[in-house]
Formats: sequence, structure tokens, C-alpha cells
Amino acid sequence: MVIELEELARRIPDAASLAIPPDYSGCAMQAVKALIRRRCRNLHLIGVPSGGFQADWLIGAGCVASVEAAAMTLGEHGLPPRFAAAIRRGRIAMKDATCPAIHAGLQAAEKGIPFMPLRGILGSDLLAHRPDWKVIDNPLGAGGDPIVLLPAIRPDVALFHARAADRAGNVWIGVRRELMLMAHAARSTLVTVERIEDTDFLTDETMAAGTIPALYVSTIAVAPGGARPVGLAGAYPPDVEALAAYVEAARTEEGFRRWADEAIFAKVTA
Amino acid sequence: MSAARPDGVSRAEVMIGAITRMLDGLGHVAVGASSPIPGSAALLARALSGGALRVSLLGSRRHNPFTDGGRELFDCAAQGRIDAFFLSGGQIDGGANINLVGLGGYPQSKVRFPGSFGSAYLYHLIPRVILFREEHSPRTLVSKVDFVSAAGTSPEGEFRPGGPHALVTGLCVFAFEKAGRRFRLESVHPGVSPAQVRAATGFDFAAAGRVPTTKPLDRNALALLRTDVARQVAETYPAFAARTWGVAAG
Repeated sequence: MVIELEELARRIPDAASLAIPPDYSGCAMQAVKALIRRRCRNLHLIGVPSGGFQADWLIGAGCVASVEAAAMTLGEHGLPPRFAAAIRRGRIAMKDATCPAIHAGLQAAEKGIPFMPLRGILGSDLLAHRPDWKVIDNPLGAGGDPIVLLPAIRPDVALFHARAADRAGNVWIGVRRELMLMAHAARSTLVTVERIEDTDFLTDETMAAGTIPALYVSTIAVAPGGARPVGLAGAYPPDVEALAAYVEAARTEEGFRRWADEAIFAKVTA
Repeated sequence: MSAARPDGVSRAEVMIGAITRMLDGLGHVAVGASSPIPGSAALLARALSGGALRVSLLGSRRHNPFTDGGRELFDCAAQGRIDAFFLSGGQIDGGANINLVGLGGYPQSKVRFPGSFGSAYLYHLIPRVILFREEHSPRTLVSKVDFVSAAGTSPEGEFRPGGPHALVTGLCVFAFEKAGRRFRLESVHPGVSPAQVRAATGFDFAAAGRVPTTKPLDRNALALLRTDVARQVAETYPAFAARTWGVAAG
């Protein structure tokens, strides 16, 4: 089940719904580069629960038709520039959500049920723009208790980066259990890892508690430094200079193209 | 943004002081993304409580107890395990509605903000939601938000254990009057007049004839904030801690 990075990117078909974690939770940045190199098109991105640099790269490279997320943010680097431009020009469809609605939708998929009820959200304009979110009267109450139902979110593919896999294909994610939720909910889970360890994480209770069993993992590619430049908790920090350089370059479409030629397509500029 | 005032206390520290007092006696306070001023207040309140206050600071490794993924904060809130939380907005209106989505139309907004995050949910469920916005201007504090990310109030009888408690800005503190569904000017920061607040606010609000000045932190609390607490804040908000106190993580 271990394959090369470029091959892993080919396992994400055009028009797939693709679930990705936020910048702090293990992003498969090198795999996203490979996805852009293969000129993937019409993705539906699902930020779990938000999108950051990898979402902006994909949008800038023209790979994305629509986005569902509770937020699109580069943290202290501000608003993702190619996302903001795409919204202004109406080039991508945006399904604004709220964090727990994304988690709840994935939980419904995890349970194999059509929807999940959730408190709150009533009175928000989010609801008015989400015809797929329904409000019903609590069927177990005495009446007059409206509650929102969120449809199951079953991504075609979940893609993320983790510290290590073992020889059986189990993936250790530590405390980042939203990655576990993504793997449970998605039809296919593709993971890049720093390394493969010659062991079985499931035989060690300490490791097993933070391990996604191979049952949920479709394919693994080894990509040392695979989360650069956003960083991987416990392994290496964000490359703040590289992130700032991206944000500066991506303020214009032309700047983004030049950045991508160098950082993604590795074209030597004169 | 945190230039020292003549009394040596920065505007950020005045806001932190006001928020810290609102957390007195609570059991569990959570702090969301991009919230350095509330985060500082929560960590200071914890230090002043002798550790009785539990603080869950998102984005922190050392001050974040959650082990069950992104969902846990939200489940925790729905169960009533979180007493206070903080929200901001690109726009906040007089009905305490907040806009984190954008200006000038939707979905093709002229100015897009990051998005609603957990606001649409947490605003309904956490009893004491403290709104904060350092920029106090008619641009940020408006009569009606362009997009309601999270509604300030709900129809009578609707399940709503949570909601707005106060709005802390760079100029003043507003309390939210649940019955009247409006803000009341609670105090003005040192050197600020009520008339100045009125001119800088795009929504109408109630005010007493004489408005007190926001109480400053006492010397002990201020010293704690600038040393131990500043170093804790620096772990999650290094740029803010460096700018405000010249302090690095420790």
C-alpha cells in the first residue's frame, strides 16, 4: 500500500470531494504540490473545519470548483489571497459552514446515518444560504423546540500528513483525532508520512490510542518534510519566511503563477 | 496598537483588565482562534484565581486539555461545561449580531472575511460570551451587520442557554441588556469620554448620565500580566506578546 507521491496524487480524481485539515493539524503539502502538477480540476474542498495554505494553493492553481469550510484563514498571515480573489470574481462556489457542523456531518458519515442534529446555528444567515441544512421540531420534545439537521459529509478522499506509519499501514496521529474522524468518514484515505517504522503500533497501547488502523487507510506515500512549509507539530515548525513569501507573491494572479512555477513546477527562472 | 498611555498602561492592557474582571469566579473559560487579548485575560484570571479557573486555549499545546479532536470543544460547550468564551467580528451591530463572513453581498462579497468558525454555534450555548474588538469605529460597530454569522438574540422560548454578556473595545466596555436586546455603556477607558464613544459607534446604545471609567488592573495584577502571564501568552501569540510586552515564550 506504500506508493510514490506522484502516484498518490493520481488517486485523487478530478471533481473529487477532498477533505483536508487546517494548517496546524498535519497537512500533506508535498502531495498537494503533486496534485497541482498533475493539473487536477474541479475539486470540492472540505476544510475540516477550515482551509489554509493548501486550499489557497489549490484554488490559485485552478484545481477547485467549490469549497465547504467554517473559515478560510492563514492565521497570522491573514486571509488566503487566491481564495479572496476567487470569491470576488465568483470563480468558486462557497458553502460557508460553522466548525461543529463540519464535525457533525463527518460524524454522521462515520456512523453511516443520513444526518446529525446540532444545537445553535438558528438565526444565522448561514442557515439561509444552506438549503441542505434543515430545521425540524425536536421529535422527542413537547413541541416548539427547533433544531438543525446537518447532512452527512462523506468525502471521496481524505488527505493528510502524519509523523509515522508502521509496517502494517497503521498511521500514528497522536492527539490529532480530527484526522481519525476524517479517515472514518471518507471513502478513501490517502496519507503521507515522515517515515515508516518497522513495528506494529497496535501492539503498544500508548501508541494504539493515537493510531488510525490500516482498515481506514487506503494508501501511504513516504514524504519526509511532507508538511513543509506549514509545519508538523512535534516534528518541525512552520517555515514563517516561506509562508510570508507565498502570501506576498500570491497577492496577484501573476505573482502566484511565478511562485508556483518555482515552488511547485520547479521551473528555473531566468 | 498597544502604544503606552501617559499612565504607562496600554490600550490592550486596559481591555485585558476589563475582560479579566468578567471571568472572576468562573470555573472554565475557553479561548478560540485569533484571540490574544481574551487569551491574556483568561490566563491572568487563572493566575489570580490561584489555579481555580480552568482555561482551554485553542492553538496552545500547554494550555489546551482537549484530546478528542476538533469536535471536543463544541461537545463540551453544548453540555454546559464551558462558562465563558470570546467572539469578535469584522462587524458587530447594536443587536449583538456578529459578521465574520464579509461585506457587500454574499456569496460574492466585495470584502471577504475568513468565515464564521464556531460562532454560529457557541454563541447559543456558552452562557457568558464576551465580544471584543479593539478597533472602535462606525466601520466596525454598525447599526446592522451585512451578514449574520451568529445572531445576538433568539426568539422568546427558543433553546438558548448562551449569548452576549459584554462588548469590550479599545474605547469602552458595553454591557448587553438581554431584556432590552441592546448594549448599555458600562464604562469608558481612561482618557475617553462618552461623547467620543457615541461619535465612534454606528449603533444606538443606552447610557447613564454619568459613566464610570474602566477600572485599571491593580499593581499586583499588572505585574503578573507583564511577566508570568506574558510568557504564557507568548507560546500561542508570539507576535502579540513581543509587541505588547517585549516578551518571548518561557
